Amino acid sequence: MRHPYPADRLVFMAPSDNAIEAGAYVSLELRVNGEPYAVSVPVHKTLLEVLREDIGLTGTKHGCELGECGTCTVLVDGQPVLSCLALPAALKGRDVMTVEGLESADGLHPVQQTFVELGAAQCGYCTPGFVLVAKALLDDNPQPSRAEIKTALGGNLCRCTGYLKIYEAVELAAARLRGEPAEPTREMLYGAG
Amino acid sequence: MAPVEPPPTKAPAEDRLRVVGTSLPKVDAVAKVTGRTKFADDLFLPRMLHCRMLRSTTPHAEIVSIDTERAEKHPGVVAVLVGCDLPTPYGILPVSEDEHALCIDKVRFIGDPVAAVAAIDEETASRACELIEVEYAPLDSVAGIEEALDGDDPAIHEYGDAHNVHKAIALEFGDVESGLAGADLVQEDLLFYEGNTHLPMEQHAALADYRPDDRLTLWSSSQTPHYVHRALATVLEMAPSRIRVIATPNGGGFGGKSDPFNHEIVVAELSRRTGRPVKICLTREEVFYCHRGRHPTLMWIKTGFKHDGSITGMHFRSFLDGGAYGSYGVASTYYTGALQTVTYPVAAYKFEGLRVFTNKPPCGPKRGHGTPQPRFALEVHIDKAAEKLGLDPARMRLDHLVEPDSVTANYLKIGSMGLGACIEKVVAESGWNDRRGTLPEGKGLGLACGSYISGAGLPIYWNNMPHSGVQLKLDRGGGVTVFCGSTEIGQGSDSVLAYVVAEVLGINPFEIDIVTADTSLTPVDLGSYSSRVTLMTGNAALQAAERARELLVRSVAEKWDVPGVRVAMADGRVFDVQDPDCTMTFAEAVVLTESKFGTIGTVGSYTPPRSPGRYRGAGVGPSPAYSYAAAVAEVSVDIDTGETQVDDVWIAHDIGQAINPVVAIGQVEGSVYMGLGEALMEEMTYRGNRNIVHHHPSMLEYKSPTTHEMCRVHTYLIEDPDPNGPFGAKEVGQGPLLPIPPAIVNGVYDAVGARVDEVPVTPQKVLAALKRKAKQEEPREGPKKVPEFDWPEAIQVPPPWAGGDGRALDERREIGGGGVRK
Repeated sequence: MRHPYPADRLVFMAPSDNAIEAGAYVSLELRVNGEPYAVSVPVHKTLLEVLREDIGLTGTKHGCELGECGTCTVLVDGQPVLSCLALPAALKGRDVMTVEGLESADGLHPVQQTFVELGAAQCGYCTPGFVLVAKALLDDNPQPSRAEIKTALGGNLCRCTGYLKIYEAVELAAARLRGEPAEPTREMLYGAG
Repeated sequence: MAPVEPPPTKAPAEDRLRVVGTSLPKVDAVAKVTGRTKFADDLFLPRMLHCRMLRSTTPHAEIVSIDTERAEKHPGVVAVLVGCDLPTPYGILPVSEDEHALCIDKVRFIGDPVAAVAAIDEETASRACELIEVEYAPLDSVAGIEEALDGDDPAIHEYGDAHNVHKAIALEFGDVESGLAGADLVQEDLLFYEGNTHLPMEQHAALADYRPDDRLTLWSSSQTPHYVHRALATVLEMAPSRIRVIATPNGGGFGGKSDPFNHEIVVAELSRRTGRPVKICLTREEVFYCHRGRHPTLMWIKTGFKHDGSITGMHFRSFLDGGAYGSYGVASTYYTGALQTVTYPVAAYKFEGLRVFTNKPPCGPKRGHGTPQPRFALEVHIDKAAEKLGLDPARMRLDHLVEPDSVTANYLKIGSMGLGACIEKVVAESGWNDRRGTLPEGKGLGLACGSYISGAGLPIYWNNMPHSGVQLKLDRGGGVTVFCGSTEIGQGSDSVLAYVVAEVLGINPFEIDIVTADTSLTPVDLGSYSSRVTLMTGNAALQAAERARELLVRSVAEKWDVPGVRVAMADGRVFDVQDPDCTMTFAEAVVLTESKFGTIGTVGSYTPPRSPGRYRGAGVGPSPAYSYAAAVAEVSVDIDTGETQVDDVWIAHDIGQAINPVVAIGQVEGSVYMGLGEALMEEMTYRGNRNIVHHHPSMLEYKSPTTHEMCRVHTYLIEDPDPNGPFGAKEVGQGPLLPIPPAIVNGVYDAVGARVDEVPVTPQKVLAALKRKAKQEEPREGPKKVPEFDWPEAIQVPPPWAGGDGRALDERREIGGGGVRK
C-alpha cells in the first residue's frame, strides 16, 4: 500500500482559481469538523491563523509557520495538510478536520486513547499534529508496519518522546481499530527486562 | 480515559504502594491529546495588542541612534519602546545581571533586541518595526574561544575575570601531580563538544495584562515563573505583590525557557504603557536567538590510571563559549568540572574552567546543564585508557565505582548509587561480552555511563527558604486541591504531585485538582530545572499530604474510638484495619475532620540537606541524590560516506523509585533521542567569518532527529530507593542523556577503528579520521590544541581522605590565624 504523506501535505500551498490580489479580503464558508464557518479574512491569512484566531480552534499548534515541523497538521478531505502553508481561499468545498474534531460522542479516538495510556504525549504541543497524521494513516492502512508508521510520521517533529511511545500508541490503536482486544504490554509500561 | 478505581471490597494492606510505581496516565494527558491544553500563544484577551521586536542585524556595535518616529505614526501602532525605557539590568544569576530588556548603548549579537512595537495586529507591528531606523557604529566582533582569549578585540562586557573572560575557575582537591606521578598510565586527551539548542516545539510566547489599579499579570511559557516574577519586579520597579506570573504549560523546555527573557519584560511594560493586554509569540528564528543552549566546550583531560584501571589523579580543563550574556554561565562553567568525581573514585582532582564572552546568542542550561560535555570527554577518555590497559571498558568501570554513602574528592555527598547494576544490566542485555569485537567492519558497540543531580543543593539567589512548597486544600465533597509553584513542561510534574498526594491519602489521583506555576496562588517552587522537581516537590507534597492524613486519622479514630494506627486510607475510603466493616468514604472523613478542626489546609516544604563542601565554588554540584545511568550503543558506520547510524541503545537508569514507570521510560527515551541528536547532527554554528551569522536558524536546516534517524531503545529502570527521595525517587529527566553521546562515539571507534573526538560526529569528520587511518597517521579527528591562558592559582581543598574538612586551605588558615570568618 502506498502512503503519500508527508510529501502531499503541501497540496494547498498553490493559489486557488479564485485567488484575489494581495491585501484583499476573501469571504468564504470554511467547513471545519463538519461545522460551517463564515469567515472574511485577508487573502494571505493562513488556514492555521484562521483556525486559531478567527474560529477559536487553538488545538492546532504551530512550531515554525514555515512548513518545516508538522506541528500544525490538520486533515483536509482526510489527508494531512500543513495548515501554516494552506490558504482558506483554496479550501472551498473541502472538509477540514482539526484535533477538536477527532473526539466523538463515544469519547476519545483510539489514537488519542493510546497516546494517553502510553504517555506518548509529553509536553503535548506536537500531539495534535501527530494524532491527526496517525488517524489518516490508519484510515488508509489498518495494519501498518513500524516502517510505514515511521514514514507517515516522518514529517512531524517531536522533541520530547524520541517517537517510540508514539509508534507504540499508533500500533496499539491500529489493533483496537481492527477490533482486536489489544492492551499495552508490560514492556511498554514498565520497561524491558 | 483515566481509569476509575473499582469500589473497595476490603481494608488495604498497609505496606503496599497503590499509586506510586504504577504506570498510570498523566493527569493532563487527556487535555493534551485533545488540544485542550492552553499554551501561552493559545490565550487571547479582549482589546489585546500584538508585539514584535526589532533585532540587531550586526554582531557587535554601538548604537548611535534609534529613530522611532515613523513607526510611532504608522496606523495601528499603539506604543513603541526602546532601551532607555527599561534601564534596569537583570539576569538569572545575581553575579551576572548583564542584560537589558532592549539594548541601550550597544548590541552584542545578531538578534539582540533594540526596540519593540505594540500594535493592533502582528502584521502592523512587524511593519512598524521595519520603519524604525537604527544607526550602528560597528565594533570588531568575537567569534569564538580562541578569539576571545587573544585579547585583540573590544570588550563585550565591562565585567568579568579577564578581558572577555566571564569566569575563570581553578580548584584542586589533593595533590594531582603526585597522583599522576604514581600512575601506570597517564592518558591525555583533547575533545570538543559543539553547541546545540533546545529546539522546543513551542515558540516562546508571553501575554501581559496590566490593570489601572497597578496590577500586572503575565502568562508565559517559562520554566521558572518565580525568577520571572523577581526580574519583572526589579526591571519594572513594581512591588512583587502587584505582579502575578503564571507559567502556562510549556510546549517543551529542556532548559531553554529557564531565564527571565527580554520579551517577557517588554510585553509587561507595553501593557503598562497602553493599559491593554499585549502578547508576543516569537518566530522560530527568534527562538534560535533566545538560545541559552549547550555551551560549545573545548576540553583537555589528563588522568593517571593504575594497571587495574583505578584513577590516581585527574586534571580537567574546560573552555566554554558563552555567547553574548551571562545567563546561567557561571553555574554552567562550574558544572563542567563538578560531576567527574561521582561515578569512579578520583583520588586527587584538579579542575580549571573558563567561560568567554562572544558575539553570539547566549548559551545557558540545556538538559544536563554543563555536564554532557565533560561526561562525553571523560567516558571517551576512559574508553581509550581501557584499550591501552588491556581492560574491558565495562569491567574497568565496574571494578571502580564510587561507594554509596560516601563523599567525593570535591565534597559531593553520594547517597544511593546504582551504577554497577546499570552497567551489569546493559552489558547482559546487549550481549556486550559475546558480541563486542565480533561484529563486521562498520558495526560497533560502545559503552558509557553518566550521573546527574536530582536538584541543586543551593538556590540561585542566596536565601534560607525552602526550595519547594506545597499547599493542600481538602473540600467537603472529598475533593483535594494541590497548590505548588512547579511548572509542567511535559515531564509530568503535575502528575507527580497528584500521585504522591493520592498515595498518602488513599484517593484516586485523577480526582485531585492540581494548581501550579502561579505566583499569586501557589507557594514558591524554584522551577523546572536541574531535575529537581520530582524530588523536591514530591517531598513537599509528601509532607503536606501526611499532615492532612494526620488530621483525618485523628478525627476518624476519635469517632470510632480506636487508636490512630488502626485507621487506613485507600481506594477513596477510610478503614479500620482490624474491623473491615468499619469504613467510611474519604469525603465523610473530610466532613468529620472539618467539623472538628475547621477549614482544612496543610502545607509542606522542602529544603535540601546541607552539603559538606565549604570552599568557594562548593555551591555547584551538591544534590540531595544522584541518578546513575549506563548505556550501550550499537552503531553502523558507512565507511564510504562516513554516515553514522545508531541501531540500538540499551540503557539502564538508576531512578531510585519510579513514581510512574511509563512516564519515566518516556523521559529515558526522550533523553536518548536528544543525546543521539547531539552526538550525530545537532549544532548551533555560525558562518565562518566575523559577521557571525547563524548558519541555520530554522527547523529545516538545524538538523534534529526525525523518525528516520531515531534508534530502537531498550530501557531498564533500576530501582534502588534513595533515602532523600519521596518514596526513594531520584531524577530521570536529564541523566539518561549523559551516557548517549560518548556511548555512540565509542561505538564509532569500535566500528571503524578511528576516533572522532568531537560531537556531532558528522560524515565529514568520520571520513577525515578514516583518511588519516588509511595514511597510517593517527586515526583521529578532533581538536589539536587548547588556547593559552594564565589560570588563576588553584584554591586548594584537601579531600576527605587527606584530612580535609570541606574548606579550602587558605580559609582554614584565616580562621586559625585570626578567627575571622565572613
